[in-house]
Amino acid sequence: MTEFKPTILAFCCNWCSYAGADLAGVSRLQMPTNVHVVRVMCSASVKPEYVMKAISQGIDGVLVLGCHIGDCHYMTGNHRTAKRIPVVQKILKDVGIDEKRVRLDWVSAAEGEKFQKVITEFVDEVAKLGPNPLREVAF
Amino acid sequence: MPRIGVFICHCGHNIASTVSVEEVAKFAATLPGVVIADHNLYSCSEEGLNSIRKSIEQNKLDRVVVAACTPRTHEPLFRSVCEQAGVNKYLFEFVNIREHCSWIHAKEPSSATEKAKRLVAMGVSKAALLEPQTEGESNVIPAALVIGGGLAGLRATASLAAQGIETHLIEKEPRLGGLLNDITTLAPYSESADTLLQELVDEVRGSKRAHIHLNSKLRGLTGFVGNFKATLDEAGKKKEIEIGAIIVATGANELQPEGEYGYGSVPGVVTQLEFERTLKRGEKPGDTVFIQCVGSRQPGREYCSRICCNTSLKNALKVLEAGGTATIIHRDIMSYGTVWEEMYRKASEKGVRFIRYTLNDIPHVRSHASGTAVDVFDETLGERIHLDANRVVLATPLISQKDSAEVGKLLKVPRDKHGFFLEAHVKLRPVEFATDGVFICGTARWPSSVRETLSQALGAAAKAAIPIKRGKVVIESITAWADPDKCAACGNCVASCPYEAIEILEQDGKRVAKVNETQCKGCGTCVAACPNDAMQQRGFTTRQLSAMIDSLVKHALEESP
Ligand SMILES: Cc1cc2nc3c(=O)[nH]c(=O)nc-3n(C[C@H](O)[C@H](O)[C@H](O)COP(=O)(O)OP(=O)(O)OC[C@H]3O[C@@H](n4cnc5c(N)ncnc54)[C@H](O)[C@@H]3O)c2cc1C
Ligand code: SF4
Ligand code: SF4
Ligand code: FES
Repeated sequence: MTEFKPTILAFCCNWCSYAGADLAGVSRLQMPTNVHVVRVMCSASVKPEYVMKAISQGIDGVLVLGCHIGDCHYMTGNHRTAKRIPVVQKILKDVGIDEKRVRLDWVSAAEGEKFQKVITEFVDEVAKLGPNPLREVAF
Repeated sequence: MPRIGVFICHCGHNIASTVSVEEVAKFAATLPGVVIADHNLYSCSEEGLNSIRKSIEQNKLDRVVVAACTPRTHEPLFRSVCEQAGVNKYLFEFVNIREHCSWIHAKEPSSATEKAKRLVAMGVSKAALLEPQTEGESNVIPAALVIGGGLAGLRATASLAAQGIETHLIEKEPRLGGLLNDITTLAPYSESADTLLQELVDEVRGSKRAHIHLNSKLRGLTGFVGNFKATLDEAGKKKEIEIGAIIVATGANELQPEGEYGYGSVPGVVTQLEFERTLKRGEKPGDTVFIQCVGSRQPGREYCSRICCNTSLKNALKVLEAGGTATIIHRDIMSYGTVWEEMYRKASEKGVRFIRYTLNDIPHVRSHASGTAVDVFDETLGERIHLDANRVVLATPLISQKDSAEVGKLLKVPRDKHGFFLEAHVKLRPVEFATDGVFICGTARWPSSVRETLSQALGAAAKAAIPIKRGKVVIESITAWADPDKCAACGNCVASCPYEAIEILEQDGKRVAKVNETQCKGCGTCVAACPNDAMQQRGFTTRQLSAMIDSLVKHALEESP
């Protein structure tokens, strides 16, 4: 059996987590090849609809990464993120999708190692969940 | 149909040794809207930029995608090439296949190549939907903040103030000068550290434009290049200042040994800085043994602190002058360059003894009837040697400032794994952070000599003066706007905006959300708050981001076996 490689989408805010991802790269920290980073200005601009859309179309996992609470470049932006993403997780759970397919975490510009850890752990976790059941439905 | 050009960068071997750049270019050529897909050895070189510019003109491109390093450092460069070729700079899209691909998947070339293809496809799908924008400008607050009042901070402050810029220098200690306060003379030319420091302090104190804040720390920071607001804690009092640019010059600390080589237990064992202090007090050094690389160039702290070999050479010569004997026990003498090598030669000639040790057999320091004794296995002679000494000086490295994590967090700037601050790009932007308007100099970046510290400080001051002298900074056109046809005037966006930039106003007999563009900072919080898809952010529209998701679905799921 070939090992299941999930497809993962990661939204990273420009100021912290995208910079953290860059630092991971500069530090040559190795990680799985399944994660595709989309740069947004703030984690608070990630519409719940994007996450739902990705999951409903068969993407196996979605990461939303922002600055630590208190560090958002836009002061309180990520307070919104912290409220919105759990709602998305709850909706997913209600319709029978494991909410662990969506994860919110904070990675600062200085945390290249944390970025690597979050990516590696999330890929592992989603791999354990197996393919997104909506994959079949989507196509 | 847009006319998209895709340029994939080899970045020498940085990308091309992992990702098959040719294969990605071939794939990109098949994507909808792409009329040309090319690859360059170094896209950001003069040659690479010229070839992109020519290609834009020849192929009449109206959208440009570069797949290379990170937009955080290189986006302005490629955007300006687009502009030179007559394409609005907002019709450019960056795809990161180095930091986010080749560098982190070094051992998986084929998976990395597939991933790079998907990332390029996502970028192309967004690029097709990009729209041209015009940029606004904002005024720059004509003042600067320098954090740290050591040599670097003082030099930077003096330079900014001399250019007529109001400069606030904050120093956490009650005195200026940092490391220099404890140093006697400065190698290689034996200037007095006190004299140098005094001259600089006088220059800063004598300037009307320089404002010194002692016992002060940065507690909070908001804003952007040109318009920062800093909250200071000045001797327990809160103070707010507004500045246009910031220089980090927080310096470094000497590593305190943790009992190695008898430190703290055997009398006469000191660090380099402690030794400098004894010389400064006029104490006679007597017979002195220097042990190099204590706590550096070994697992856990691999770096070379660069200044310790030269410091020991300098002080060994002083010991000889004072009539003592001097022995330097080292793993390699790093007296790089011209003047330092000269000093090494001089030390050998004058009779400083050099003994090489290895990590497998380190020197042993113990108390002795007449003082201190060092036993060391001489690598070169192949025999064990016994040395009597009045003093043993441990050359420990400079380590990052204790609170550098806190400073990094406040300024949102990165540090390397040893806690030293990281510039935006070693060669292209050596004294700048990736965050616009924030600069770095001195030993906060890396252990450096006085001369290097001074040049960096002057460089940082020159860079920081640019936005201030221009008086204007361009505001990126990433602001929000509401589509009046879709807006239901629900007010969700108004409540979500951290900058109170949105109002519900009457327009053509209908109530709609209106974004005040000079107040909008482009966070996109309102976009996610809008239930009607009316609110959009320039450069990050819901159509553009949805297209990226669709593209990932298509290339990762539908087309995978
Ligand atoms: C033992 C020794 C001998 C040396 N001898 C020589 C020599 O002979 N020749 C030579 O060329 N170089 C020598 N050097 C190197 C030289 O001392 C440095 O290049 C120089 O002093 C570095 O200046 P700096 O401003 O970068 O750092 P520092 O001197 O460390 O100054 C940093 C300042 O910032 C302050 N600060 C830190 N954090 C904050 C904060 N959060 N808020 C406010 N303030 C803060 C600190 O209190 C300090 O005053 C020697 C270094 C050592 C350790
Ligand atoms: S993008 Fe951010 S700052 Fe601009 S109006 Fe929307 S919420 Fe306010
Ligand atoms: S949230 Fe959307 S619909 Fe509601 S007022 Fe703002 S732009 Fe209009
Ligand atoms: S800018 Fe990073 S979460 Fe807001």
